[in-house]
Amino acid sequence: MTLLEVEDLWVKFPTRQGIFEAVRGVSFSLGKERLGIVGESGSGKSMTGRAILRLIRKPGIVEAGHITLEGTDLMQLSEKEMRKVRGQRISMVMQDPKFSLNPVMTIGAQMMEAYLLHKNTSKTQARAKSLEMLKAVSISDPERVMRAYPHEMSGGMGQRIMIAMMLIPDPQILIADEPTSALDVSVQRQVLDIMDRLVTERGMGLIFISHDLNLVAEFCDRVLIMYAGRVVEVCDADRLHEAKHPYTQGLLNSLPRIEDPRKHLVALKRDDAWAEAPSVSGVKADA
Amino acid sequence: MLDIENLNVWFGDGRDRVDAVKAATFSVKQGESFGLVGESGSGKSTILRAITGLAPHWSGRITVDGTDLGKRRDRAFYKKVQMVFQDPYASLHPRHSVDQVLSETLYLHGVGDIDKRVSTLLEDVGLGARFRFRYPHQLSGGQRQRVAIARALAGEPKLLLLDEPTSALDVSVQAEILNLLTDLREDRGLTYLMVSHDLPVVSHMCERLAVMKSGEIVEMMGVETLRKMTPSHPYSQSLLGASVSHKITA
Ligand SMILES: Nc1ncnc2c1ncn2[C@@H]1O[C@H](COP(=O)(O)OP(=O)(O)OP(=O)(O)O)[C@@H](O)[C@H]1O
Ligand SMILES: Nc1ncnc2c1ncn2[C@@H]1O[C@H](COP(=O)(O)OP(=O)(O)OP(=O)(O)O)[C@@H](O)[C@H]1O
Ligand SMILES: [Mg+2]
Ligand SMILES: [Mg+2]
Repeated sequence: MTLLEVEDLWVKFPTRQGIFEAVRGVSFSLGKERLGIVGESGSGKSMTGRAILRLIRKPGIVEAGHITLEGTDLMQLSEKEMRKVRGQRISMVMQDPKFSLNPVMTIGAQMMEAYLLHKNTSKTQARAKSLEMLKAVSISDPERVMRAYPHEMSGGMGQRIMIAMMLIPDPQILIADEPTSALDVSVQRQVLDIMDRLVTERGMGLIFISHDLNLVAEFCDRVLIMYAGRVVEVCDADRLHEAKHPYTQGLLNSLPRIEDPRKHLVALKRDDAWAEAPSVSGVKADA
Repeated sequence: MLDIENLNVWFGDGRDRVDAVKAATFSVKQGESFGLVGESGSGKSTILRAITGLAPHWSGRITVDGTDLGKRRDRAFYKKVQMVFQDPYASLHPRHSVDQVLSETLYLHGVGDIDKRVSTLLEDVGLGARFRFRYPHQLSGGQRQRVAIARALAGEPKLLLLDEPTSALDVSVQAEILNLLTDLREDRGLTYLMVSHDLPVVSHMCERLAVMKSGEIVEMMGVETLRKMTPSHPYSQSLLGASVSHKITA
């Protein structure tokens, strides 16, 4: 079943050198699945995620044929209606976790506030739930963390706290922008397991933005590969390593390998033609 | 180049006291590249922050290039030692353009011909001239990290402290940055202390590494041990093991 459908999405920024098109005509659908978005730095991954939530700051411009969430076109909603969608129906874990937490409020106060906002319960219940969420993301001393401020957290702890916060409202769709880039592999595993359960057990749709190709290949169902604001290839995640586009192959080749030491890594050679080709559609026919 | 002896770093007090680093001891030779890996929250960034003077409470000994470090760091120290922070968002001033950040840094280090150096630095980290007058919010995550790396390189330091330098970067830019770091080390004899949770990256960049868990260094090993997957401590075994099982081959 399709939860979200994005058609012909554009994100544009006026700059000194004229209009810069960060996202150029991207179309895709999201079901109750794990959809990966990979691509090089600056290819428009984050802007695609933010545009869905209409979080592109002025003077940026978002245009789209439609962005439909279960029958409602988000492009037509008022800012007030959009605020309800954000957080309640679609949550986003931003690439900059500490930046999106309130620096002058303790972690505990922020988590409880988020919980009380979405659930009709008592403070005691909110506290218990917040502690439970922190434990779920492998925070070993949740009591201390509840009393701490964001700057007192390590990089990976900040990321895990953000994930815990975003899951509080039980969103239908979670957009996770590089959610595990600061985590060691074992903690990463635990965090991925949580997201995985939400997709398989609760039918959440997950957009997983990452530059970790191996991780995406293993964890996601489908992958969109972005280049210069467009989708250049769509493939099943488990076939990512068979990807045909020279850009995707180039990305795979530039990874360092433990078993294959070399002095220099293979740098990607870009081809202008990649940016010219029209965007590939990532819409999946309803099964 | 760098000697750390019995380093302890702690934050807070009472029930909120955190012993972030406990009795860490290791040294990094001139021209060497040393990796710090381990659990999230185990104190890796804290070690780097203690070296740069950003940890309020510490004990033990930190020696850089023969000089014992006290509470304060002088300008000569920052000419010699530079750090690339884990969080590229927090480390760039939101109201300063890329050009301002780099020009100012070059000026503070007393470098001449600033205009030309700024373009070389940007080129070195793979950012074209069109990024020169942008502000941090107009850059993607990876682009900001490259500005942070360019800033660290500006004063031509001898010791670079790199905290997850490429975790915000896609693999193609990562390859370019790692190649740049490899060449800089060879050409200028730089020394690196590098934190990363990406073991292939550590194996590519470092000759030796230390594995941390809960504030302690549980094991030090040469890169061959990492390649052969033959660590001796149970935590290192599980860390290395987890990484193998989730990697697929292209
Ligand atoms: N306010 C802005 N003004 C001008 N250009 C912008 C602005 N915000 C973003 N951009 C540009 O839009 C492009 C896409 O940015 P986006 O953040 O989506 O990249 P990304 O694919 O998420 O990259 P990364 O992997 O580095 O996070 C980048 O080239 C960026 O420089
Ligand atoms: N300013 C601070 N005040 C209080 N506690 C702090 C502060 N900075 C760090 N800590 C604590 O010290 C511990 C170690 O943090 P550190 O940032 O060194 O971890 P790390 O190994 O770099 O982890 P990660 O891989 O997640 O970045 C954590 O428990 C953290 O909460
Ligand atoms: Mg991004
Ligand atoms: Mg850290």
